[in-house]
Amino acid sequence: MAESTMKPPKIAIDPVAWMRQNLFSSWYNSLLTVFVGYLVITSAGPLFTWLFFEATFLGDKPSDCSGTGACWLFISERLNFFIYGFFPQEHQWRVDFMFGLMALSFVPQFIERFPGRKWFGLFGLTGLPVVGYFMIPGGWFGLEVVESTKWGGLMLTLILAYIGIIASLPIGILLALGRRSEMPIIRGLCVVFIEVWRAVPLITVLFMASVMLPLFLPEGVNFEKLMRALIGITLWQSAYMAEVIRGGLQAIPRGQYEAADALGLGYWKKTGLIILPQALKMVIPGIVNTFISLFKDTTLVLIIGLFDILGTVQSTVTDPAWQNVAIEGYVFVAFCFWVFCFGISRYSQNLERKLDTGHKT
Amino acid sequence: MGNNMSEESQATEQRTPVPSQAEGKSDIIRVEGMHKWYGDFHVLQDLNLTVKQGERIVICGPSGSGKSTFIRCINRLEEHQQGKIIVDNIELTDDVRHIDTVRREVGMVFQHFNLFPHLTVLENCCLSPIWVRKTPRKEAEADAMEYLKRVKIPDQANKYPGQLSGGQQQRVAIARALCMKPKIMLFDEPTSALDPEMIKEVLDVMIELAGSGMTMLCVTHEMGFAKTVADRVIFMDGGEIVEEAPPHEFFTNPQEPRTQSFLKQILQH
Repeated sequence: MAESTMKPPKIAIDPVAWMRQNLFSSWYNSLLTVFVGYLVITSAGPLFTWLFFEATFLGDKPSDCSGTGACWLFISERLNFFIYGFFPQEHQWRVDFMFGLMALSFVPQFIERFPGRKWFGLFGLTGLPVVGYFMIPGGWFGLEVVESTKWGGLMLTLILAYIGIIASLPIGILLALGRRSEMPIIRGLCVVFIEVWRAVPLITVLFMASVMLPLFLPEGVNFEKLMRALIGITLWQSAYMAEVIRGGLQAIPRGQYEAADALGLGYWKKTGLIILPQALKMVIPGIVNTFISLFKDTTLVLIIGLFDILGTVQSTVTDPAWQNVAIEGYVFVAFCFWVFCFGISRYSQNLERKLDTGHKT
Repeated sequence: MGNNMSEESQATEQRTPVPSQAEGKSDIIRVEGMHKWYGDFHVLQDLNLTVKQGERIVICGPSGSGKSTFIRCINRLEEHQQGKIIVDNIELTDDVRHIDTVRREVGMVFQHFNLFPHLTVLENCCLSPIWVRKTPRKEAEADAMEYLKRVKIPDQANKYPGQLSGGQQQRVAIARALCMKPKIMLFDEPTSALDPEMIKEVLDVMIELAGSGMTMLCVTHEMGFAKTVADRVIFMDGGEIVEEAPPHEFFTNPQEPRTQSFLKQILQH
């Protein structure tokens, strides 16, 4: 076959033509454009005025805030509390160190050509929690112990979300496989686990973990409140994860299982090398969706007295020294959540594109 | 399908038959009194078959006659409920170790190729040698390249299955099965899902394989292929083996009326 050198016709991008085609194609379309444009201009103006133009960025005390704009001084003055909670100042470098490691593991994932970025990512998923386990609570290598009751702010949010995410994925995979198992006992246990945990609101889970669980535990066995919350979040989340992954497993054609069987691959090799890589790839959007919702659900730990980023902000906006800073506080929290969730989302899209090997089977 | 088949028959009919490789060899597959049910439906009824090493069997029959189910029983993708299947001196039972041993020695090629879409052609071929046979990666890759050369697509080794044509995919599937160095190859309608112009490239590979002395069981409607390579043709209908004969006899002088009407139907076009 002769290789054709003919290129597809170029489509000129003419802004006027584009507008005529997309914004003013008919009289009601034009009307809608004008109306929406009016709404955007009238509401965006005041918003930006409040956020930036009339806002106060410089200063160090409440009285420096003047004018009608946002008082960002409140955020910058209390930033330490919002990030570290009650973590003692002299030990905060340990948290910073973990933030640094986290950035080091995940930022390269966004840079296509970063050498060895796979290894950075792998460290982020395996090494990072181990290092964190030693660094943050302390008590090892001469690091002073910092009680988990002093942890708070963004740091606590990240710990909850991060542990919840990386622990629930493998548990969810096992539950999903179990639910499709041919062994009735395993299948039954997995079904019961999933259906029970998935049907309970996270608030209830957290309450039970913090109030009821200690009543049932034998004398002398006691987990810290944070640990109990983490276990609760992880188990609850893994039930959701299991169902997302099961959706992927069900989408794998039977021929894939048969081909793997015919090649003599046993159950675990078949599952690990053939089925899961395809199933997980297929449900990346669902997995990420679950991650993001977990990330935001961590704010519920507020009700069992843990101060995540929302908790720290909420406890400060009532500070009488600062007046009417609630909006600034919540905007700040929203912004922090948005940054992380948007990051997760972008990364997942990047991953999907990279793993796309053409059509399936 | 009929049209493609007759064209193809012509394409392979010209060939001289591949000489038999099974003279004086020992049995490698023995099926004795085998029955299988799907629920209450009796799909396979009292099948008996002995295959010698190097022998090439073509199984044909109308759709729903149980021919695919039959060869899928030989590597236990399907279970049989009664009778015996002995492959390479190992009886297939519920024992998982026996099943794994048999599957290592029996390669299978499917109608819909069933390549692993997330792995490259080379990775598809190396996967099982590396993970099941524990062959070192380098060696497995070198072997795989040899087999890819044999099926005439070494230049596609680093592509993904989704980037290949149907005929190329099926040839990769054959190479993938061969990489395990099996003693027996099962083909389950290997050309039925292919466009007509791709059937020949796959059949050529299979004919070449037949010449190398591989034991082959092939469910197919390619009668030209059967004439060229088969030592025996088996005709199945309604879950039974109706007739079994060398190809020349089978096509020129079928004994059973069911065989006669089947042959009339498929050769008419």
